[in-house]
Amino acid sequence: MNLFTPLSWNDSGFILNGILNTIYISVVAIVIGTILGLIVGFMRVEANKVVNLFLGSALDILRSVPLIIQLILFSTYIGALGHPMDPFMAGSIILSLYTMAFMSEVFRSGFESVPNTMRTAARSLGMTYWQTVRYIRIPIGMRAVFPSWLGVALSVIKDSALVSVIGYMELLRTSEQLISRTQQPLTILLGVGLFYFIISYPLSLYGKYVERKMSI
Amino acid sequence: MIQIRGVHKSFGDLEVLKGIDLDVEKGEVVSVIGGSGSGKSTLLYCINAIEPINGGEIIVDDINVHKKNTDQNKLREKLGMVFQQWNSFPHLTVLENAALAPQVVRGLSKKDAFEIAMKELEHVGLGDKFDEYPTRMSGGQQQRLAIARALAMEPSYMLFDEVTSALDPELVGEVLDTLRLLRDDGMTMICVTHEIAFAKEVSDKVAFFHEGLIEEIGSPNEVLENPKKERTQQFLSKVLH
Ligand SMILES: Nc1ncnc2c1ncn2[C@@H]1O[C@H](COP(=O)(O)OP(=O)(O)OP(=O)(O)O)[C@@H](O)[C@H]1O
Ligand SMILES: [Mg+2]
Repeated sequence: MNLFTPLSWNDSGFILNGILNTIYISVVAIVIGTILGLIVGFMRVEANKVVNLFLGSALDILRSVPLIIQLILFSTYIGALGHPMDPFMAGSIILSLYTMAFMSEVFRSGFESVPNTMRTAARSLGMTYWQTVRYIRIPIGMRAVFPSWLGVALSVIKDSALVSVIGYMELLRTSEQLISRTQQPLTILLGVGLFYFIISYPLSLYGKYVERKMSI
Repeated sequence: MIQIRGVHKSFGDLEVLKGIDLDVEKGEVVSVIGGSGSGKSTLLYCINAIEPINGGEIIVDDINVHKKNTDQNKLREKLGMVFQQWNSFPHLTVLENAALAPQVVRGLSKKDAFEIAMKELEHVGLGDKFDEYPTRMSGGQQQRLAIARALAMEPSYMLFDEVTSALDPELVGEVLDTLRLLRDDGMTMICVTHEIAFAKEVSDKVAFFHEGLIEEIGSPNEVLENPKKERTQQFLSKVLH
């Protein structure tokens, strides 16, 4: 009896599921990470020294501990507490926080790029503090850092492959299972690599295009 | 009318305004001249409540600007202000720049806000630039946009802080023309300026600032042609040569 069955069209549903799961968790992490990053980035610009020191160290930890360790630590710890969490949930939480840590720096520099005189001009038109934030500082600050935002978003898509270590069936884990069944690692890994490339490359070209357009 | 009574203002240990008294009647144009650091900009910021004061009071119509329960955002709707730097909002078109505050501050509908904005833009000669982005325009055009943006709030008073100082010389004229236009409309204005000839031409009153005090005030003829104080004479001979 043959233990290994070659890759076939019957596997396409399985692969598609992996692709969709990769996209799903990436989008969740990018959206949540962007929203939280915007809030935290704004707090870092506005908060006093003490709060900033605290926030800064917390973010430094998130940024410097390797993602894969954070994932394993979190899901093991939660499991050990007797509340096992499904891999998507655990992966989304950690990946979102990790994304937030990078996004907050991106948005912080965006907010800092809005000149003070611009805010004074807005206030002199009668806008309240929050109107100035909403209509002037956020749109101008976010536009200024769009290329960096896109860079972080792209690396999140790639980093999402690490969520495979806690059992989430995204593209990498899907392909590992296919490899162990088919023993065709070369084909499958090439295909997976190609997928990441096809998603990332046009977006990074677009980012460069926007960057060039804005620098004029 | 704007009444400024014994206004003191310090930044930390540095006293910048040392007791300023100044009345600006409706329809009047008051020019403020004086050396760098004499407190001219600071006074405008205090009138607008962008900076708090340490003593005295400023009353705009019947609003006591620096009293605790004064709604300063309401106050600013009465006072348009234009700065040395034009600070166009780069993410908005010219029309949106001028319509933003009427929409979000005065709560006008988009249609009404755009109508007012168009009217004011046409008034300052930007009627053909509605859909342009400000960063593609010259400094003079952007400064006129800043004026239209302030006018779109339909203020009773306009405060100008050296609005031509950052402009290339060939663009100064168009902005001064816009100010003349406002004077002819009867707008009440305080103009901090280094353009002595312009101040002479448009002002009802000229105030010369020196180290946080009004050293001399009077008609353009009195202050600019026949100054009595030695410091005024020195200042004028320096800027006129
Ligand atoms: N926000 C601030 N914090 C501390 N000091 C300030 C601040 N704004 C102004 N000053 C100081 O107050 C003094 C008066 O400044 P101000 O800008 O009113 O002068 P000015 O008459 O407008 O001068 P210029 O002609 O250079 O614009 C200066 O010494 C300035 O350094
Ligand atoms: Mg000044």
